[in-house]
Amino acid sequence: MFGDYSISDLGAILAMQGFAGLILFSVYVLMALGLAIIFGQMGVINMAHGEFMILGAYVTWMTSNVVQHVAPGLFPGYFFIAMILAFIASGALGMLVEWALIRHLYKRPLDTLLATWGLSLILQQAYRSIFGAREVGVELPEWMMGSWQATDSIQIPINGMFVMALTILITIVVFYILFWSSWGKQVRAVVQNRVMAGAVGINTEKVDRYTFGLGCGIAGIAGSAFTMIGSTGPTAGQLYIVDTFLVVVFGGAASLFGTIASAFSISQTQSTLEFFLSGSMAKVITLLTIVAILMVRPQGLFALKVRK
Amino acid sequence: MSDETKPGLKSPLRRKLLMGMAALPAVSMLGRPAFADVPATSAVNTTGLAVTDSEVTVGILHSVTGTMAISETGSVEAEKLAIEQINAAGGVLGRKIKFIQEDGASDWPTFAEKAKKLLVNDKCAAVMGCWTSASRKAVLPVFEQYNGMLYYPTFYEGLEQSKNVIYTGQEATQQIIAGLDWVNKTKGAKSFYLLGSDYIWPRTSNKIARKHIENHLQGCKVVGEEYFPLGSTQFNSVINKIKLTKPDVIYAIIVGGSNVAFYKQLKAAGIDLSKQTLLTISVTEDEIDGIGGENIAGAYACMKYFQSLDNPNNKAFVPAFKKMWGEKTVIGDVTQAAYLGPWLWKLTVEKAQSFDIDKIAAASPGVEFKGAPEGYVRIHENHHLWSKTRVGRAKADGQYELIYETADLVEPDPFPKGYQ
Repeated sequence: MFGDYSISDLGAILAMQGFAGLILFSVYVLMALGLAIIFGQMGVINMAHGEFMILGAYVTWMTSNVVQHVAPGLFPGYFFIAMILAFIASGALGMLVEWALIRHLYKRPLDTLLATWGLSLILQQAYRSIFGAREVGVELPEWMMGSWQATDSIQIPINGMFVMALTILITIVVFYILFWSSWGKQVRAVVQNRVMAGAVGINTEKVDRYTFGLGCGIAGIAGSAFTMIGSTGPTAGQLYIVDTFLVVVFGGAASLFGTIASAFSISQTQSTLEFFLSGSMAKVITLLTIVAILMVRPQGLFALKVRK
Repeated sequence: MSDETKPGLKSPLRRKLLMGMAALPAVSMLGRPAFADVPATSAVNTTGLAVTDSEVTVGILHSVTGTMAISETGSVEAEKLAIEQINAAGGVLGRKIKFIQEDGASDWPTFAEKAKKLLVNDKCAAVMGCWTSASRKAVLPVFEQYNGMLYYPTFYEGLEQSKNVIYTGQEATQQIIAGLDWVNKTKGAKSFYLLGSDYIWPRTSNKIARKHIENHLQGCKVVGEEYFPLGSTQFNSVINKIKLTKPDVIYAIIVGGSNVAFYKQLKAAGIDLSKQTLLTISVTEDEIDGIGGENIAGAYACMKYFQSLDNPNNKAFVPAFKKMWGEKTVIGDVTQAAYLGPWLWKLTVEKAQSFDIDKIAAASPGVEFKGAPEGYVRIHENHHLWSKTRVGRAKADGQYELIYETADLVEPDPFPKGYQ
C-alpha cells in the first residue's frame, strides 16, 4: 500500500497517525479515570458510568445555550465554565446515588452491578424525557474547531490536543489528591483495610461518599470534553462503557498506573491496527489480544499487593 | 332480546347506507368523503379486523425508548400527523382512524411480540412501523403468519419483498445508483473510498455501490472499503488513511452516534467538505441536528426527500408538521416516508373498497399518491415505491439545498441483477 507515495507523504501520515494514537490514549484515560477510582478504590462496579458522563455532556449543552443567550461575549470561553459545572453536577448526583443506593450494597459487590445497571436505565429514560429522544448538537466556540497546520501536510486536530491537555491536567490532579493530600491517604487506607482505617478514626462513610463523588465528577468532565468528538444523546453513554471497563480491568482494577498503562497499550494497538486493517478487524484483534493476556494474567497488568 | 335489538336499530340505517352507496360510486371516485358513502362493515371487513361502523384501528409500532428512539421519534410523529389529517378529511371509507401505539423498545424480540399483540389481540387493520432492518426481519414472520399489513418507512438494503409489507422508503439501488452516476458525471469522480457501520444495510449498500463503480462507471475504482462497529467513536486512523489515498469521493454510510463522531473528527482533522466531495446516504436532517450543521456543511446526501423541497405539497406538509410537533423539529427522509404510510393505506383501502388484507395486498400495485411531500409516488408490483432520487448539499443551518433530481421516477428493484 506504500508503493505510490513519497517519503514526505509517508512521514506526514506517520506523524498524524502517532497523534491519532495519542489522542485515543487521552480519550481512554479520561473516560477510565473516574471508573478506575470508583471500581479500583471502592470495588463498586458502576454500570452507570456512561450516564454520568452524558450528564456532563448535557450540562455542557445547557451551558452553551445559556451563555449564547445571556452573555454571547463569553462564548469563546464557555467550555471551561461548562466543565466545572459538569464536574459539580455529576459529582453531586454521584454523592446522592452513593448515599441512597450504593452504601447499602458495599458488602454485596455483584448486587451493585445490577443496581447501577438499573440506575443507568433510569438515567437514560430520564434524559430522554427531559431532553428528548433526539441527539442534541453542542455548539463549540470557533477556536476549538478545525486543525492546527503543523507543516504543509501535517494537520493536528485542535480538539484532540485539547483533550490531551485536559487529560494530563486531570491525571496530575487526581494523583496529587490520592497520593499527596491527607484525604487521599485516608482513601488509600480505607481501600487497604476498611476496619483498621475505621479503628484509627477515619470516617469511612464520608471517605466513600467523596470518593464516589470524585469518580462521578471526573466522568462528568470527560462527558463534557467528549461533546467535541462524539454525540450527545440519552444513550450515548453506552458507547463508552465497554471500552471504559476494558481499560480498567486490563490495567488491574486497583491500580491507577495500570489504568494509564493499559489505556496506552490498548489505544496504540487499536489505532495502529486500524490503520493497517479495517475498523472492525482492528477491534476484534485488540479484544482477542486482551482476552489472551487476561487469561495468563487475570489480575490485569498491574496489581496492588494487598493482604486479604 | 338484546341481540335482536342491536342489529334492529342499525339495520334500517345500514340498508339506507347500502342503497346510498350503490347510487354514489361516482362521488367516491372523485375522492370526496361523503357521509352517505359509508359502506357496511360486513361488506368491507370479512376477516374480523377491528373495524366498526364509525372506526377503524391501526397500529403504530416504533421504538420510543432505547437507542433507536433517536431515529424513530420522527416516524411516530409523521404517522400521527397523517392519521390526524386523514381523520379531518373524513377518515377511511367513512371511518375515523384510531391508533394503538406500541413501543418496540429498540429490542427486536419485543418488536415481534408487540406485532403479534397488535395483530392478534387488537386486530389492527394495518400497522405503521419498524425502522431498522433487524426489527423488520423480526416482525416479518409474524405479519406473514397472522396476515397483517405493515407500512415500513426506512430506506433499506433491499433483497426482500412480501405480500404483507409496503416499503415506503427507497431500496438500495434507488438510493445508490443515481447518486453515484451524478457524482461521476458532474464532479468527474474516479476514485471512491467506501465507509460504513458494520451491519447489513451499509455492507449490502456498499456492495451495490462497489459493483456499480467497478462495472458501470468508466475508469472508476474503489480505493478503500471499511466498516466500524456500531457505536464507534474514534475515526482518526481512517481519516489519516483517507488523507493518504486522496479519494475523489468519500462514500459514507455511518449511522447513529458514530455519525456525530465521524463528521466532527473529519472537520477537526482539516478535511474541508467544500473541497473534498463526500456523498452519504445515511444522514438526514434529523441526524444533522445531532452532528451540528457547521460540522457537515458541504457534504452531499443522496435520498428521495429533503425538508427544503420546493413543491406545493411539501409547503403544506412542513408547516403542518411544525405546528403539531414544534417549530424546532426537522423532517428527514424517513419521517416523510413514514408520513406516506397511512395515506397510501387509505388510498389502497378506498381503491379496494375493503379493509381485508388480501384485497389490500392485491390492490396496492398501481396506487398513486399525488399529495406526497416528495412529489408523486406510485406503488410498484413489488410493493416498493416508484420515487425520484435527489442529491442535496448540507448547509450550516442544518438543511439541505437541492442540487439534482432524477428526471423520472426510479423503478424499485429489490433484487438487482448483477449487483449481488
